[in-house]
Amino acid sequence: MTDTATIKWIEVAPLSEFEVDGGKAVIIEGKQIAVYYFQDRDEWYATDNECPHQKQQALSRGMIGSDGDEPKVACPFHKKSFSLKSGKCLSGEDYEINTYPVKVEGDLVYIGLD
Amino acid sequence: MSTKKKLIVVGNGMTGYKFCEKFIEKGLSKIYDITVFGEEPWAAYDRVHLTDYYTGTSVRDLKMAPREWYEENGIELRTSYKITSVDRDKKIAYNQHGDEFTYDTLVLSTGSDAFVPPIPGVDKKGVFVYRRIEDLDAIKEYVTNAKSAAVIGGGLLGLEAAKAVMDDGLKTSVVEFAPRLMPRQLDDDGSNMLKSELEKLDLDILLSKNTKSINGNGKVTAMEFADGSILETDMVVVSAGIRPRDELARECGLTVGERGGILVDETMRTSDPSIFAIGECALALGSIWGLVAPCYDMADVCANNLLGEEAKFEGADLSTKLKLIGIEVASFGDAFGVTEGAKPIVFHNIPNGIYKKIFISEDGKHLLGGILVGDAEDYNMLYQTYASKIKLPANPEGLIIKSDGGGFELSVLDLPDEAVICSCENVTKKSLIEAVDEFDFTQVGQLKKATKAGTGCGGCVPMLDDLLTAKLEASGKVVKKVICEHFDYTRQELFDLIKVEEIKTYPELLKKHGTGSGCEICKPLSASLLASIWNEHITKHSNIQDTNDKFLANIQKGGTYSVVPRIAGGEITPDKLIVIGQVAKKYDLYTKITGGQRIDLFGAKVEELPEIWKELIEAGFESGHAYGKSLRTVKSCVGSTWCRYGQQDSVSFALKVENRYKGLRSPHKLKGGVSGCIRECAEARGKDFGIIATDKGYNLLLCGNGGANPKHALLFATDLDEETCIKYLDRFLMFYIKTAAPLTRTAKWLDNLDGGIDYLKEVVIEDSLGICEQLDKDMEKLVDTYACEWKKVVEDPEMIKKFRPFVNSDATDDSIKFTPMREMKKPANW
Repeated sequence: MTDTATIKWIEVAPLSEFEVDGGKAVIIEGKQIAVYYFQDRDEWYATDNECPHQKQQALSRGMIGSDGDEPKVACPFHKKSFSLKSGKCLSGEDYEINTYPVKVEGDLVYIGLD
Repeated sequence: MSTKKKLIVVGNGMTGYKFCEKFIEKGLSKIYDITVFGEEPWAAYDRVHLTDYYTGTSVRDLKMAPREWYEENGIELRTSYKITSVDRDKKIAYNQHGDEFTYDTLVLSTGSDAFVPPIPGVDKKGVFVYRRIEDLDAIKEYVTNAKSAAVIGGGLLGLEAAKAVMDDGLKTSVVEFAPRLMPRQLDDDGSNMLKSELEKLDLDILLSKNTKSINGNGKVTAMEFADGSILETDMVVVSAGIRPRDELARECGLTVGERGGILVDETMRTSDPSIFAIGECALALGSIWGLVAPCYDMADVCANNLLGEEAKFEGADLSTKLKLIGIEVASFGDAFGVTEGAKPIVFHNIPNGIYKKIFISEDGKHLLGGILVGDAEDYNMLYQTYASKIKLPANPEGLIIKSDGGGFELSVLDLPDEAVICSCENVTKKSLIEAVDEFDFTQVGQLKKATKAGTGCGGCVPMLDDLLTAKLEASGKVVKKVICEHFDYTRQELFDLIKVEEIKTYPELLKKHGTGSGCEICKPLSASLLASIWNEHITKHSNIQDTNDKFLANIQKGGTYSVVPRIAGGEITPDKLIVIGQVAKKYDLYTKITGGQRIDLFGAKVEELPEIWKELIEAGFESGHAYGKSLRTVKSCVGSTWCRYGQQDSVSFALKVENRYKGLRSPHKLKGGVSGCIRECAEARGKDFGIIATDKGYNLLLCGNGGANPKHALLFATDLDEETCIKYLDRFLMFYIKTAAPLTRTAKWLDNLDGGIDYLKEVVIEDSLGICEQLDKDMEKLVDTYACEWKKVVEDPEMIKKFRPFVNSDATDDSIKFTPMREMKKPANW
């Protein structure tokens, strides 16, 4: 878990740049991060853009959805699903991705890094 | 240092895995540290469903449990480790590298090998067994160069192997030593019925054949039998039974049976009390047990004994039900009527290929066993009637002969509580009912997961279905096959809902009829339905599309996309060819001619796609829809305009057909072909629809495909003029789009259509359902509303914005790497 005291919030882009019920990639100091927005739940998530399976920068182009109550993304290459809350692979394999906190203030979206 | 005792399990097959499961369930991990050795490179997989692997299921899907299951439960799993010797005095096991592993208790679950009879020539190239993943890989590779195959062994597995190679297009013969098929399960009449049904499907059955030698110079070309006859064949698959793997037991001096198998007592202990043996390697109660249920039972008995509880293996019944090439076969209890005083009742319907025989007890009160061929629908109920000793009615013939109102109907709810529904996992009706009541299950999957019932051979799944349906119906609920956890509907129902309620977006559909936030199954399915019904621009639903539909291009290794402009019928002008060359050069794209007579440009970065398409569209190109589940190409040969053999102008007709259906969204991709004469240079018979010119017009062939399971299209109508041909195509395509399950090609759809091609003729030509007017209208609407998807994108700056790789920067994605290849480039390896 990230310790809230040390989070560095990075402003990434205005709300309107992001996709409703989908993902978009941002780049911060050379690192690619995928940002997802669920309109029905009004929830934001961020994870690594890289799918650990074949190391492709692709998760932002995957489809989002839910597995029970767990919000998830499915990689467009081989459909490995990951929880957007825990980063754990939901397709029965031991891959894991990093997750990052997201906050929206006014019209702007921020990602929290350590 | 752990103070626990050390337990070693040798063998990680189905039984070895089941033992691990029991070990955890019963809390044995408090007493033992457990290490499991498996000689195959992968963790235990489901060998019963090995044929599924042959037809495309992945090893991962066949796994009993993923590796992390072992880790989570503290089981040390070492694969590619073969234990080669055991020092029983020192209690040390050694692997192939000589590493030492000490144990307090050793469990052998080394399983079995295929039994290969010592026939001269059995070592030739082209002789295979049907046992492991590697065997199937080897067969799969060899069949590509073979035209015929012979399977030695007409038992369960032999017939399965025969089906697998036959489905790969080989002329297949089954060679059985005994005078009948499935000699352990069927009597002569049952075998004859099965034989004649299999022969109808072009499977050759040779009985009472003693193979004398396998001939050929280095590789198989023929088999020679003791009666002097010869069978020419390109390959041989041996499936003549199993041989217990007892070599490790022999090596360390344990007692083994005369004909093999590690001798065990009822507690599964071998002649050394610290060593147990379970599964197909064990000789228990004088037999080798080659079915899942008794092997699982042995794993359970062994685990209980390790716990210090008294448990005994009591043998098992060898009842079986299976479906062979669409023919149901079952055998249960005393199938041959050897019980004293057993009275047979026989039902023999030769024209329909049905044979049923049951034995009832002398007093007529109980069912003893029986055989079913051709129709085993009642197997589960008959089996339960036998196993639960249910008292028979006065007219027991009603058990197998159904007449209106006269049959003996037993509902699963009528069974006694202790009736074992799943014999592999030993799950009773009572525990299933309790699970349904406690967790309010509505789907069989949930019930299977919670109780493990139906996870072994899968034979009881229809009963689980019945039980759940009966329970739900009793409480006023309805059950059916649904799309995924988010929609309680079938695809067909969703199609109707969208159309009737005029639903235009996915969020609206989800809100009205679904739950949760959707997933990668229901989203693209809904997108395809919305597109098929309303023919609106596909990017309107971009967030419920696969990435290919989202970016209107095919994602490739490395995350770049490929671009395929439409080149209808494969006809292209020099000017257009030059434009493709110029664009490819400007954006440094790898170019390749596709199998569908067009040109694929690879290696475009996502932000380059709109610019590339802008240039292509200006030159008169349109989207080729290579990224969508939609019409790809209508391939053509040059036809009567140039070819001296051509009978019709196949190129002009192909252009007309391709332009009519371009952009059409369907359950799966669609391909067509038009050939100018019977020489069929356009390979139209390998397409969803094939049109072949005759001297009078065109023959129309439907529902073929290439790919993993090639199928030739079937002749649908002959000597049509162009107008009639298009009319039939309109109706056929629309009927397919409306009724096919998602991701079902036309060939598979036709396979599942009751009545097949003849039924399709009735619907399309004779309008037997009275829907043709509607089909014509629906297709006309789709044709009229076509628009090039890419044209719309390049004209709209808001849409172009979606193609930026990052929303917070104009940088390009520098993680994309290429390496040079033959004067062009390819993506760096992943």
